[in-house]
Order: sequence, then structure tokens, then C-alpha cells
Amino acid sequence: MKPAKFDYVRAESIDQIVDALDKGDGEAIVLAGGQTLMPMLAMRLARPATVIDINNVTDLSGIGIVGDELVIMACTRQAEALASPLVREHAPLLAEAIALVGHQQTRNRGTVGGSLSHADPASEIPLAALALDASVSLRSVAGTRRVQLADYFLGPMMTARADNEVLVSVHFPIMSGGAGSAFHEVSERRGDFAVVAAAAIIEVDGAGICTAAALAIGGADATPRRIAALEDKLQGAKLDGALIRSVLPEIALAVAPGDDQHAGAAYRLRVATNLAERALLEAFDGARA
Amino acid sequence: MSKPEINLTINGHERSAAVEPRVSLLDFLREDMALSGTHTGCEHGVCGACSILLDGVPIRACLMLAVQADGCHVTTVEGLCNDDGGPGVLQDAFVEAHGMQCGYCTPGMLISAQALLAENDDPTLEQIKDAIGGNLCRCTGYVQIIESIQLAAARLREARS
Ligand code: FES
Ligand code: FES
Repeated sequence: MKPAKFDYVRAESIDQIVDALDKGDGEAIVLAGGQTLMPMLAMRLARPATVIDINNVTDLSGIGIVGDELVIMACTRQAEALASPLVREHAPLLAEAIALVGHQQTRNRGTVGGSLSHADPASEIPLAALALDASVSLRSVAGTRRVQLADYFLGPMMTARADNEVLVSVHFPIMSGGAGSAFHEVSERRGDFAVVAAAAIIEVDGAGICTAAALAIGGADATPRRIAALEDKLQGAKLDGALIRSVLPEIALAVAPGDDQHAGAAYRLRVATNLAERALLEAFDGARA
Repeated sequence: MSKPEINLTINGHERSAAVEPRVSLLDFLREDMALSGTHTGCEHGVCGACSILLDGVPIRACLMLAVQADGCHVTTVEGLCNDDGGPGVLQDAFVEAHGMQCGYCTPGMLISAQALLAENDDPTLEQIKDAIGGNLCRCTGYVQIIESIQLAAARLREARS
């Protein structure tokens, strides 16, 4: 279990990263926290000609508010995002999700951008980010483009990022102060990838009418999925437990879970529905006008 | 194959070496630095046997390239000894409370516990479980490991007061 030989490039700036990616012509790969790439190199599932280490690019790390967005630079450690007062205040759903990612040893190296680049359909950060309507900024030698996460996840470990692009930053619209949110998952052991997970956000007005709703389900399809038909039924409705339960069948119509060694399709759907109920009720409970 | 030169501090000593880029920090420590206290388990980030402190925080040494540790401070299990080379408080507690059987997971457990106790010498049971949650032990059932950490914590508190 040793990686095959590769050329190592220690990038010091974003320009150096995109130049090296461009020269690499599809054979170069970006090394951020290494928590998924290092095992893939060790098992030789990945055999890049060039590894571009971005850990020394100081511009790629940090958390801040820009306009009405919370911006997390791609190489920010998960541990830093978890401890960040800005994340807790403006995207508490993300903090809740990161607490379930791996262990302290992996969060101290693993990055927010790395998790979104890897795009495991059951991982927590992509799911929370999708529920939060986040977008990613992708840079290549040709320039920078912004992609909404709804258009970013294409399949298991597949994203809209081209081979010559690097994920630079993740942009979260700031959650309204009165919004309630919740994240629930089932995993085999604490710190493992979720088998199934659900993330919910609810906003209500003074009369208890739902003004915004988001539900995202992970581990029940090839990518994390928003359940738009369910969200539409909640929006504008006077919420209570019975109403929330009545819209849950929309989940089964929107996702196509698969069978694998961890769980069967029918089980995944049942768990997804239960976790969604829990997350929606808790988000509603936490919402205030 | 070019071998970049790296400079780092390991257990308080400044070291430099030329290293092939594909070598993990784990292999570098064990083979090039002859510090075999850090154990090799799964080599893909699952077991925690390879845990070390990098600039004071616990990480998995198999998930990092040695070249990436250039300029860093590394503490391995050997670095947890007292200045005279004898076992430190935590290591003593593991011996006394039977915190190991085969010893395979022990260096990783010690590193995770060290990181916890450096921040908090009065941890709850949940905090201890969380701290060692990324370290697998196939022998002990974890109970005596937890008791060892509690014993070390009690001694650290005593020494402080
Ligand atoms: S050897 Fe590093 S986690 Fe198992
Ligand atoms: S003592 Fe044998 S693996 Fe923990």
C-alpha cells in the first residue's frame, strides 16, 4: 500500500495551482487535506502523474463574511470551520454536519473544499451545503466561474468541476436569524460516512406560516438530493406536526436509492423518511418569526 | 526522481532529510527517522495506530506526505516520555490500569489522549470517548483504556493543585 511515483508540486498561490493543472493536462490532481486522496493514492485507485499540494496557499484558507454570504475558502480545515463563531452564527446547519464528519485526527487535516470535491453521495458537508443553497467558485487559467451546488453534483464522486479547475471557495447565503435547522444521520459507527442523512431548514412568519423550507437527503441516490416537491408543499402552509408528516411521501417519489453492502434500497428509503421527519420537526421547533 | 529536502522538528529535535515525495510521513518517521513507536496499521486512514501530533494537534501520519511536514513540529509517542527517557504520566497510567494488551493501538491511543489532556485535564467520559473515537483497538474493549486516561487526568489535576 504505497503510492506510485508522482511529481510533487508545492503551490504557493492560486495562479500556480491553475498553471500546474493546465500543464498537467488531466494527469494532475490537487492534494488538499489528503483524507480521501491519500488512501486513493496508497491503494493506487488514483495514479496521477503530478500531485499539486495546495496546503501552503494561504489565500485558500479562512472564513469570512462577504456581502450577504458566508465564504469558506476551500482549504480551510474542517476543525477550523467547526470551531468558527461565524459558521455557528450564520450557518449553524453546517456546524452541526461537520461535527459528524470523521474524527478529530481527520478534521484537523480534512478540508471543507476537499469534501465537496470528493462528492461522496453520503457525506455530510455536501448535504448541508446543498440544503443551504451554497455555491462553489471554480478557477482555471481561463478565469473563475460560480456553480450552484444544485448543478454541481453529477453522480457518485462526480462533479461539474473540470480537470483543469480548482475549487477556490464555498459561498453560503447567510441563514436568517429566525430560521430553524437540523441534521440527522444513521451511520454504522460514529465518524463513519452516513448510510443515510437528512438536513432541514424551516422559516416561519408571525402567524406560523412557513416562508421557506429546505430538505436535502443524502445516501439515498447517486448524489445528495433536494426534495423540491416537499419543500413546495410546506411553503405557504401553516405548519404543524401532522402537516409535516403528510408531505413525507414526496421523498419516495424524488429519490432512487440503491442496494449495497451497507444497506438495501427499501431500508434506505425508510430511514431517509424517518430522518427527514425528525429533521423537519426539529427545524420547525427551532424556527421563530 | 528528485528528492526534496525537508526540515522539521521531531520531539524537540531539529532534523533534515531528503525524501521522495510519495513517502508518507508515517513511513518517513519509522524508516528514515528510526522512530518505530508510531505504528503502521491500515495505511489508509481507518485505524488511528499512526496518530501523531502535528503542530500540537492529532492527525493520522499515513494520510500525509513527509514532504508536507516541512517546517512543522511533530510529536510522536516517543516524545511523550519524561526528559529522563522514562515513561510519562499518561504512559505510566496505561501500564498501571492495563490500558493495553497487544499494544498495537497504544501509540495512537496515547497521542489522542495526550491531545485531549493538554486542553482539558478533567474530561467527561463522553469527551474521552470522542477523543479516542478515531482509534481502533481489537483487544481491550476500550474500558481499560478509558480508565487509564481517567487515571492520568486525576494525576495531572493533583500535580496542578
Ligand atoms: S495506519 Fe494510519 S490510520 Fe491506520
Ligand atoms: S491493545 Fe491490541 S489493539 Fe489495542
